Amino acid sequence: MASYNLNVNGKSMTVEADADTPMLWVLRDHLNLVGTKFGCGIAQCGACTIHVNGVATRSCQLQVASVGNNKITTIEGLSPDGSHPLQKAWEEIDVAQCGYCQAGQIMAAASLLKTKPKPTDADIDAAMNNICRCGTHYRIRKAIHLAAEKGGVSK
Amino acid sequence: MIDQATSRRNFLKITSIAGGGMLIGFNMISDSAAAADDAVFAPNAYVSISSKGVVTLMSPNPEIGQGVKTALPMILAEELEVKWDAVEVEMAPLDQKKYGNQMAGGSGAVKSRYMPIRTAGATAKQMLVTAAAQQWGVSADDCYAENGTVIHKPSKRKLGYGDLAAKAALLPVPTDVKLKDPKDFKIIGTRVANIDNHKIVTGQPLYGIDTRREGMLYAAVAKSPAFGKTLKSFDDTEARKVTGVKNVLKVGNFVAVLATSTWAAKKGKLALKVEWEDTGKLESSTEHTAAFHELLSKTPERAGRNDGDVEAALKDSNNKIMEAVYETPALSHANMEPLNFFADVKGDKAELYGPTQVPSSLRSSVARALNIPQENVTLGMPRQGGGFGRKLQPDNGVECALISQAAKVPVQMLWMREDDMQGDFYRPASMFKYKAAIGPNNDIVAWHLNAAVLSGGRAAAPDAFPAASLPNFRVDNQSLPTNIQTGAWRAPTANSVAFADESFLDELAHQMKKDPVALRLELIEKGKNQPVGKALSYDPVKYKSVIDLVVQMSGWGKTKKPNVFQGFASHYSFSTYAAHVAEVTKMPDGQLRVTKVYSAINCGRVVNQSGAENQVEGAIVDGLSHALFSKVTFDKGAVEQTNFHTYRFMRMKDAPIEVIVKFVPSEDAPTGLGEPGLPPIAPAVGNAIFAATGKRYRKLPFELG
Repeated sequence: MASYNLNVNGKSMTVEADADTPMLWVLRDHLNLVGTKFGCGIAQCGACTIHVNGVATRSCQLQVASVGNNKITTIEGLSPDGSHPLQKAWEEIDVAQCGYCQAGQIMAAASLLKTKPKPTDADIDAAMNNICRCGTHYRIRKAIHLAAEKGGVSK
Repeated sequence: MIDQATSRRNFLKITSIAGGGMLIGFNMISDSAAAADDAVFAPNAYVSISSKGVVTLMSPNPEIGQGVKTALPMILAEELEVKWDAVEVEMAPLDQKKYGNQMAGGSGAVKSRYMPIRTAGATAKQMLVTAAAQQWGVSADDCYAENGTVIHKPSKRKLGYGDLAAKAALLPVPTDVKLKDPKDFKIIGTRVANIDNHKIVTGQPLYGIDTRREGMLYAAVAKSPAFGKTLKSFDDTEARKVTGVKNVLKVGNFVAVLATSTWAAKKGKLALKVEWEDTGKLESSTEHTAAFHELLSKTPERAGRNDGDVEAALKDSNNKIMEAVYETPALSHANMEPLNFFADVKGDKAELYGPTQVPSSLRSSVARALNIPQENVTLGMPRQGGGFGRKLQPDNGVECALISQAAKVPVQMLWMREDDMQGDFYRPASMFKYKAAIGPNNDIVAWHLNAAVLSGGRAAAPDAFPAASLPNFRVDNQSLPTNIQTGAWRAPTANSVAFADESFLDELAHQMKKDPVALRLELIEKGKNQPVGKALSYDPVKYKSVIDLVVQMSGWGKTKKPNVFQGFASHYSFSTYAAHVAEVTKMPDGQLRVTKVYSAINCGRVVNQSGAENQVEGAIVDGLSHALFSKVTFDKGAVEQTNFHTYRFMRMKDAPIEVIVKFVPSEDAPTGLGEPGLPPIAPAVGNAIFAATGKRYRKLPFELG
């Protein structure tokens, strides 16, 4: 066990954890930020996607000891009140079925929009490789296009 | 959280009379409406209106992504005459005395609850109208309800539902209420967004896996690595050295590691040395396939259906004989939320909270396993990260309850993905052997399907289309006993046999040089006009309605887009008709991609246009994903696929760019939608691939590359 100072959603937080603990479990079990979901534990499904300095990262493979001063953003911190264009688009398009994977999908899409504010279908194909078991792919694509139209990246 | 709600509810049952409103004896009090100083009008279990005007609608069936938590309250709100934006929706806890059958399965919730829930809403509305009329001293006939208020038509006076709650609660519950004329519907048939959307997109706790309780330990489980193996012994010396591990327990046929975090529990589990012994047959998929071939080399004595004389027609040298064997693999449910549960067992009482499609049977199974009375088990239901039939089994709840009982602490049990994928109740593998005869008049004169499935289920519904449309028609069902756990998987039976039937029909159409759609219409017409044997198991007018609509939507037979090839399939299941046209495009790199799918559905009246479309879009992508990529295989009792690197799912790059869904307009009561969109997609795509390449794929998954 060691003590780690982390910058999560703009706040400084301290956790006691083993060095090899994935950020997924630090967030969920230590910091009670349960919006980041567990799906596979091997970086295949993307349900655990967070941002490290704004870049989509699978938190099940990110050990707490390697985080250092890098800025961690989770779905809870993507916007103060759910007003990120992607969150709004997800509601407007009514994307979710079970909803379990959608936090990871939104985080992956938010990272995409930072580098490509107006992504093409091919850009979306390349960037969005999270699994959705319910098959909401078509609506995810529509919601990303809608968010991009409405101004894409917000702080 | 649950304790508090329960005690608050009990408190209110006793004391709410003091609050200025009134409570009817058998009524349900909802949590959000239940501030101690507030009174509640609750004429039935589904509706409660506080004197402060809070309208709470209870959603009785588990929400697994099929949208019932939105659709059922919509039906209620429609008859209650409230604004959708102004209601609170809550998931009801398990209480079948109040709510009837609380399950999620068989695409049945909206279908079975449509009329009872309308009646519940209309009853409450009528009492509120009566209360207002009495207060004004006018005839109730001169009053009507709108947007949560009762209005006296002549004088235009208005009273809000909150103001009427106390008075309405004193009225007798009417038994003969008038339902709305559907032409006046304002909510049913509109697009209403998933009630939990905002919570979902902001990452708020909603799911069983998000449960956090004081003193709770996280449990990981070490389970049998193969069917046919039983726990022999284990050494937990190293596991107990892992920081955070608090306890290691043998529970039945598995070992549980309890710790202060999921990660510690997982590390503890990996540090266990467990020995398993062979106590049963260790089966392999290759043996199953061989056994299927052996079974299907014979025709059983008793047929599932047997019209005319199939054997004679197949021997008739005037007929052209077609034969084909189709295969479908075992599948895992692989819900995105791995199986989990929360349990707190204290003495002879147990509190359970977690994902299940069958709360009632889960509770009775838990009570049996713990040897405590069923009434002592409370069960709450979170939103669930998928269902697909896996949670028709109560094993997750039972295991967690046993762990909590043995460890004497509140426990959240979480299966790792590997446990989930290797401890499933699998969609069983099937094999379908067809023989058909094409007569001198270029029509199908005989059809024989000899089908086999792993486990005791049946591979084919013997009376399904094209039964009754052919003079000689026989379906045989055989099964292969196994010790591998099998179970229902989205659209059971239909999800396999529709692929085989609809692909083979396509083969016959091509052989006869008939348009595949025209062949279906011809068969439906024959079944409608001159049914052979038992009556049709479907409504031919409705069956035709979806075919006609999808033909129109897709430009079937007319579209000439370069490098685009269409395939058609239809299927009737769970009281709903579905027809799809899939478009396969030859991409510049030579690969095939399913780029667009058109779907026509007849499910009676659509309750939630957005939710309904989403179910069908999802069923199409789900069915396509499995058709292209997914299979479970067994080797010496063990599942060879362990996680998403070997059990493949569709990614965005393989998903259709567009999925267009339309519903046949209907005045009929709604039927189910969770399942019926899935069965026809695999054959529609297989038929499109044939159109594109001339190659017939008779085995799932297609594994195109």
